Order: sequence, then C-alpha cells, then structure tokens
Amino acid sequence: MKFVEFNFDLIINSFPLLLLGAGVTVKITLMSVAVGVVIGLFVGIARISSFRLLRFLAAVYVDFFRGTPLLVQIFLIYFAIPVITGQRMDPFVAAISACGINSGAYVAEIFRAGIQSIDAGQMEAGRSLGMTWMQTMRYIIVPQAFKRVIPPLGNEFIALLKDSSLVSVIGFEELTRRGQLIIARTYGSLEIWFSVAIIYLVMTLSISRFVAYLEKRFKTDDKH
Amino acid sequence: MINIENLHKSFGEAHILKGIDLHIAAQEVVVIIGPSGSGKSTLLRCMNYLEEPTKGKITVDGIELSGEANINKVRTEVGMVFQRFNLFPHMTVLDNITLAPQKVRRMPKGEAETLARELLGKVGLADKADAFPEQLSGGQQQRVAIARALAMRPKVMLFDEPTSALDPEMVGEVLDVMRSLAKSGMTMVVVTHEMGFAREVGDRLLFVDEGRIVEQGDPREVFEHPKEERTKLFLSKVL
Repeated sequence: MKFVEFNFDLIINSFPLLLLGAGVTVKITLMSVAVGVVIGLFVGIARISSFRLLRFLAAVYVDFFRGTPLLVQIFLIYFAIPVITGQRMDPFVAAISACGINSGAYVAEIFRAGIQSIDAGQMEAGRSLGMTWMQTMRYIIVPQAFKRVIPPLGNEFIALLKDSSLVSVIGFEELTRRGQLIIARTYGSLEIWFSVAIIYLVMTLSISRFVAYLEKRFKTDDKH
Repeated sequence: MINIENLHKSFGEAHILKGIDLHIAAQEVVVIIGPSGSGKSTLLRCMNYLEEPTKGKITVDGIELSGEANINKVRTEVGMVFQRFNLFPHMTVLDNITLAPQKVRRMPKGEAETLARELLGKVGLADKADAFPEQLSGGQQQRVAIARALAMRPKVMLFDEPTSALDPEMVGEVLDVMRSLAKSGMTMVVVTHEMGFAREVGDRLLFVDEGRIVEQGDPREVFEHPKEERTKLFLSKVL
C-alpha cells in the first residue's frame, strides 16, 4: 500500500472558503425549507379537502415531485424552463425553487399524516360550534398537528440540507461545489472531501439536536 | 324548534335510519333510548348535520338544513355534547370556551371571558379556567364541554351519550348540570343509557330500534306500561 500523506495545511488553508460554502448551503436550505413548509401546508390540506379537483391536483403534485429525482428537477428548472421563457435562469432562484418545490411534496405528506392523526372528534367539535372547516383547521387541527410533525419535519430538514449538494451541478457555489473547485486547483481530494463530509455532519447533527430540543419543549403541554 | 320529516340515512349498504318523523317543541326535553346500533346517535347527529341525511327534511328554528350553505348558521343555535368530550387539548379550559364565541359570534375577548367564567361557575368549575383538559377528570371535562357549547348561547342542546365514557362516580355531577339546564328551560335532545335521568328529567321518551321510532310518550308511562313488544324486551334488559 502506498503511503498516503494527509496535508493538514491544505485543510486549514481551504477552511475559510469551505465555511463560506457551508454558509451558502445553510442559506439555501433555510430558504427552501421555508418555501417547502408553506407549499407543504397548503398542499397537505388540499390533499384532504372535500373538493375533488383540489385533492387531485395536490396528489399530482406530490406524486410528480416524489416520483422523479431531484437532480432531474434541478435540470428541468435550470435548463428546460429557459427554453420556454427565452430568459436565462438565475442559479440561486433555480436552486431554491427546485429544492423548495421538491421539499414541499414531502412536507405535504408529513402535514397530511399529522392532520389525519388528529382525532376526528376535534373537527366535529369545532364544526358543531359553528366554526367553518377552515377556522377549525386553523385554530384546532393544525396547531395540534404541528407538534406531532416536528420530528418528521426535522428529518426532512436534514434530508434537504444533504440534498442541497445536488445544486452544485448547476454551478451554484455551495459547500460541495466549493470543495470541487478547491480540488480542481490543489488535487487534494482526500483532505477536501473529508473536510466537506465533516462540515455536513456537524450541520446535520446540530439540526437533529435542535429538533430533539423542540420535541421535548412541546411535549409538556400535549400528551395526545 | 326541530322538525324532522321522513328522515333516512344510509352508510353505503347499511340503512341506519328508515323514516323518522319527529317534532320537538321549544323547551322540551326529549330523551332517546334504544339498543346500540339502533340509529339513535345517527338521528341526533343529523340534527346538526354532522351526518348528512340521505333523504328527508330537517328544520331547526325555522331554517331547513341544506348543506354548507346555511349549516354554520344553524350550528351556532345548536350546541352539541359528545360522548368523548372532544375538548381542544392544546388550549386552556377558558380558551376552549371563548374560541367559538370570538371567531363565530365576533364577541370581544373580554366579553367572551366574562361569559366563560360565568358558565364555568354554573357547571361548578370556576377554579379550573386556566387548567388544560388533560389535568381534569372525565366528569370535569364533560362539564367544560357543556359550558363550551352553552357559550354560543344555543337554542337547542344535543347530548350524545354524555355519560357513557365516564367512571360511574362521575356520572352524577354531569347529570346534575344537565338537570339544572333542563330546569332553566333549555330545549334538549339527549341520547342516553341513564334510565333514571330519562324518567326524572325527560318530558318525552323515544324508544328507537332498527332505524325507527318504535314507541314514544311520557317517560313514566313508557317505562311502566310499554305498549310494544320490542320496548318491553329492551326495558326488561336495562331496568
């Protein structure tokens, strides 16, 4: 076996650039999660609404974005949409759109399951007091469902952070792309990919800790 | 107050209600008894459209129930108390009671809270305003549920087996609240297995079996001299 030299100086020198990339990764993840949660809440509710058309459209959305690879979705948004519009797509907009819309499909299923896990008697109680379906959803069902979906939502957040590495293919300079660029210049594959992996790990572990904390906090006032 | 004509209800193949005609006067207390699966709960739930009738006509306080168009309006006049309480677990007792008056009746928060505290006093739980439902016993939860329904100032109260999920020692406190509500002149429809309550508080007793009203009349009369064979058979099992 060849003696492998591990170049610590390279890691130390590249670290500021990698951290810059990690900052961008956090930024697209947070923005995509925000987009995903908003889309997911409405699509999730649409999935169980009494309007057949709304249910159908929501199901199509969920099936399409869960049933096709995120990488292909990124290509679709970045390369295929400009063919139609005739305008160049901004990589940042493309990255957030692809990740957010994709995540929305998964979050929709999380919300749908969370809402359906709430006892049917809650909806009946709200409706029998004269509240509309929407009011009952808003004040009674969704607040209870929110507490239950914190753990799966945390998992989705972590998955999205890792999947955001895929936007490196459209040249968007997040953590993975930064790593690639440094390697192209220095040939330090071992050191850089190792560093990149560790930075991802630190980020995902921090999120799961934070989610565990939230879960504990919200558990105190809801045993249902 | 409530008028029901030729009400039918089917769940798929199962024909649960097979032609119910019923008129309930204002201030009347009607108690519905019958074996499980007889359709008595379904009948009650049709009265505020929690179940949509398959056929027939229901009028509440002069308004014919016709689906989403007017159902929220009618429901503000019809309070409902469930077997399993269905309190909102993420809210305090006070918020449980004040939510609907604020959102539906557009009542200011302060006014809703004053009303809620007054009603909590009436059901004997003035000190529980800030508790969460899970901190209360079953009997206390059901009394809160009654207060919550009353906060909408309904003209009719529907009770769907309100004591069936309670430990025996808590049945009395809930029946006491219902008794005083009946005395205050509230129009009430009560599905129950509490025969003592039916006899004492009911103005009229309905015996429902296999989707039909088999017999009805003054509770004492029906209990002591049932006319129909099926009523006799049922009463011989429960009394």
